Amino acid sequence: MATTTVPVPRNLTRGPQTFQVRRVRSAIMIGLIWLAALVSVIPLLAVLGWVFFQGLPALNVDFFTQLPGPPDDPHQGVANGIVGTVELLALASLISVPIGVGAGIYIAEFGGSRYNTLLRFATDVLSGVPSITIGIFVYAVVVLPTSRFSLLAGGIALALVMLPILIRTTEEMLRLVPSAIREAALALGAPTWKTILRYALPAALPGIVTGALLAMARAAGETAPLLFTALGNNQWNTGLDQPVDALTLKVYFYAGQAYDVWRREAWAGAVVLTLMILITSILARVATRRRHGR
Amino acid sequence: MGTTNITQNSKFKTQNSFGWEGGDPFFRRLALSLATSVIVVVLAMLVNMGWESRASLARFGLGFLTGQVWDPVHVIFGALPFIYGTLVTSLIALLLAGFVGVGAAIFLAELAPGWVRTPLSFLIELLAAIPSVVYGVWGIFVLGPFLKVAVVPGLKATLGWTPFFSGVFYGPSLFTASVVLAVMVLPIVTAVSRDVLLAVPESQREAMIGIGGTRWEVIRGAVLPYARGGILGALILGLGRALGETMAVTMLIGNRGQIKPSLFAFGDTLSSVLANQFAEADTPIYKGSLIELALILLVISLVVNAIARLLVWRAGRMQGAGRI
Repeated sequence: MATTTVPVPRNLTRGPQTFQVRRVRSAIMIGLIWLAALVSVIPLLAVLGWVFFQGLPALNVDFFTQLPGPPDDPHQGVANGIVGTVELLALASLISVPIGVGAGIYIAEFGGSRYNTLLRFATDVLSGVPSITIGIFVYAVVVLPTSRFSLLAGGIALALVMLPILIRTTEEMLRLVPSAIREAALALGAPTWKTILRYALPAALPGIVTGALLAMARAAGETAPLLFTALGNNQWNTGLDQPVDALTLKVYFYAGQAYDVWRREAWAGAVVLTLMILITSILARVATRRRHGR
Repeated sequence: MGTTNITQNSKFKTQNSFGWEGGDPFFRRLALSLATSVIVVVLAMLVNMGWESRASLARFGLGFLTGQVWDPVHVIFGALPFIYGTLVTSLIALLLAGFVGVGAAIFLAELAPGWVRTPLSFLIELLAAIPSVVYGVWGIFVLGPFLKVAVVPGLKATLGWTPFFSGVFYGPSLFTASVVLAVMVLPIVTAVSRDVLLAVPESQREAMIGIGGTRWEVIRGAVLPYARGGILGALILGLGRALGETMAVTMLIGNRGQIKPSLFAFGDTLSSVLANQFAEADTPIYKGSLIELALILLVISLVVNAIARLLVWRAGRMQGAGRI
């Protein structure tokens, strides 16, 4: 009979099993899978719950407006760190967006398949590089030659964190643009570069902006690349060639301290970081969904 | 995109209302050089770190990898305690996150109704967005004390006779760091496994239902074997993330470079020792040894990531073929 040729899976052939036994085993395993799904949500709830219950009460106006102070000063904040994070992000975006979008354009629109495979592989490799290693690399190539910790070094380090995300989003979004748009422009006699920059890229722009925002959110939460590049300090930063503080650096420094005032700064910092990143992620998700819905 | 046709076309039309004719070769070369810069950066990282650690490479050679003593005062540098800490914390994290993550992925791909799948996927992926330093703070103030009160006594009562769970638990330890790493790795394992499972062709499941399989038998007999390679890839991608994770581990591992069998002991990883000591390294040999640690970390994560990408990519290709 034909039934003999059906490859019977192992667990059906393991001795004589009644249907009852198999049903019970199935129920147990499905139960375990449900359990795994429940367990996977617990950490998020635990982290978010703590961050908001412990962190929100620690937030106050001083946190955003005052400079860091000694542990006995009740009116202190991390205003310089917040401004520093913004400066670092701006510089990092300035460096990484043109490079990332350019590289993404090349992979999506030009390039032989073999070189593209290599480029994608290098992008994946770069996104897998531990962030502390990026910090040490930038220390070696920027901080050592200029013999100073600086905003510039920190910005370059964060740019390297953002770059792979930008390349991948640009490539993916350009691939989603219908080729009819390119063909229409080309048929009218537009050169390739103009077709891409004026017609394909604008069509992909919303997606690329979303990707860039996610990359910035990721960079804003990074600490390790800044430890030996931006270094951090307790004043306002005054220039590209000066050390600069960041919110994450402050959280890292204050979390390990024994003073309650400083610990509260760390908790408040954790809330601000988490909120910022959650809001960006949710907005990006909503924006993507809406575009796909259309 | 039919680039060749277009170039010929614009050569033919010398007067063009769109303007400059030299644009195409220039634009192509510009994009090419921007793209190539990624390869240059990756290679530069490897070469530069090799060069910066030359002092320690020359002095310790391969013995650096097996040296068990890290003593900056007496200029003895060995990487083994840090390699040990990195591997142990990452593997335990993977063990913890592996079961939960693959289970959750099976739930999302096979069992969850549509209206649960999307929000639950999103919630799990949000875990990946939370900054490492926030996990560190959470670990110090919540997870460490929680483990001390709720988990460690139980572990000691049941497994305390083994060397792995002996000694005093203070809060920071290899164990604490591993648990936080597991939380950080979970979203990657879940998301990638889910995608791999969703790509398993429907015919696989139908065949198994057709010969009378139960729900679990469909998953175990028809879906999982098909997705095995991709799930392995997902786990290794998670491993890659765990290996390089710095801030949360640095804040929770106790920062002592030692090899103790107990998971409750303090430890140190390649990344945490860099975060802690790099700023105070004042001699070329000290700094060189630390940069060599960074090089070891870089090479390990490059290899692990390359293997993972290959597995996931192959799984996707196999399934793509299976679909047709």
